Amino acid sequence: MNAFLEQFPDVFEALNEGFIQTLTIFIVTLLGALPLGLIISFGSMSKFKPLFAVTKTFVWIIRGTPLMLQLLIIYYGPGIILQENIWGQDEVGMLIATCVAFIINYACYFSEIFRGGIQGVPQGQQEAGQVLGLSKSQIFFKIKLLQMIKRIVPPMSNEIITLVKDTSLARVIGFIEVIYVGEQFLTGYKGISGIVWPLFFTGIYYLAFCEKKLSYFRS
Amino acid sequence: MAILEVKNIEKVFGKTEVLKDISFSLEKGEVLAIIGSSGSGKTTLLRCLNFLETATSGSIIVNGKTVFDKSIKLTDKIMRQNRLHFGMVFQNFNLFPQYTAFENVTLAPKLALKNGIETNKKSVEEIEKFGEELLETVGLSDKRDFYPCQLSGGQQQRVAIARALAMQPDILCFDEPTSALDPELTGEVLKVIKGLKGNDRTMIVVTHEMNFARSVADKVIFMADGVVEEMGPPEQVFGNPQSEKTKAFLANSLENI
Repeated sequence: MNAFLEQFPDVFEALNEGFIQTLTIFIVTLLGALPLGLIISFGSMSKFKPLFAVTKTFVWIIRGTPLMLQLLIIYYGPGIILQENIWGQDEVGMLIATCVAFIINYACYFSEIFRGGIQGVPQGQQEAGQVLGLSKSQIFFKIKLLQMIKRIVPPMSNEIITLVKDTSLARVIGFIEVIYVGEQFLTGYKGISGIVWPLFFTGIYYLAFCEKKLSYFRS
Repeated sequence: MAILEVKNIEKVFGKTEVLKDISFSLEKGEVLAIIGSSGSGKTTLLRCLNFLETATSGSIIVNGKTVFDKSIKLTDKIMRQNRLHFGMVFQNFNLFPQYTAFENVTLAPKLALKNGIETNKKSVEEIEKFGEELLETVGLSDKRDFYPCQLSGGQQQRVAIARALAMQPDILCFDEPTSALDPELTGEVLKVIKGLKGNDRTMIVVTHEMNFARSVADKVIFMADGVVEEMGPPEQVFGNPQSEKTKAFLANSLENI
């Protein structure tokens, strides 16, 4: 018991540091992957055949291979080809490589969610707006946008929850995030990392909130 | 002068000719019923009138003014203004799910007001008052603040009719307004449409309800394979059809009943 009390502050501090790294990957990935995913979704809906084909193939490859493999390739790949580590040796380099891999991977998943949400709005909504003399932008902003968001939020929140947990993959390239730290303390402190995660999950509640707010209409 | 003149409308999808040289005219206050089997081009014709499809050739003249002619290029703004001559009620309502019945009815006039599109409603108050009146016309004043998902199919379609009327179109088009409804709900919608007749309201109704067409229409068009096979007053088309195709179609339709 004494040992626990003595070591607790150190463990807690270390876990916090790891947790901040986890949070960094999470936030940077989200900020990068959401807009990139939207751009990719436009590509996969493009009527311009070559762009459509390239985007589809890219999304297919990224969604079809493990994130861990992509992470390894992005971190070690340039070094093997160029004989030089473009990411640098330090922690920051690892973080950047991790974020790049995560952003690409998640952007592809997000793009499919965006596409589903955008294409899921029935054509009839567009037509109803047209015959009432609405302009294209009015049809988009006043009629279709909210319906798209409603379609996008539930699968997106799933994907974001998965992202939180996927950040632990960063340790395959030696990046120190919370699970890595937890693992270091595992002997004798088994289960301590477990209390950090529930705390973090509370942050996801805002998504559940969003979902509730939009449940007043069905389409 | 005819309120609507449709001249030589043709529509080709790829290699399929869906509409072949369709011409007809309507007087103000007339109700036109378009009947015919599925795939005969009825809906496409209605969609061409509403500019949801662009006719391959031909012209559409409303009140003596050409609103569509293949050879005339129109700007977006003029297109939007021109299409307001026509209102459209869809087979599956297409109400905006995130707006209440009242908001569905008043959204377009309000946006038009903001945009400087010409309508004869000059203020938000006027629009809202008119919206209330329209909901009353279709018998849904008590459902004013209900969302479409809280309404039955028949009620949704009635809101859709009020929404189309809110832009005060010269000609109101119905595309099989009762086809998506349960049989016991078609009556309330047909009654509303019937009630709209008169007051110089010009309507075009594509329908499978033969009895309704017969009792409401002043003029009936029977379409088959993209052409107007027979046209005339209902007594003539239903009572004394000339074309073999019309006879066969009517025989089949009556058999089903």
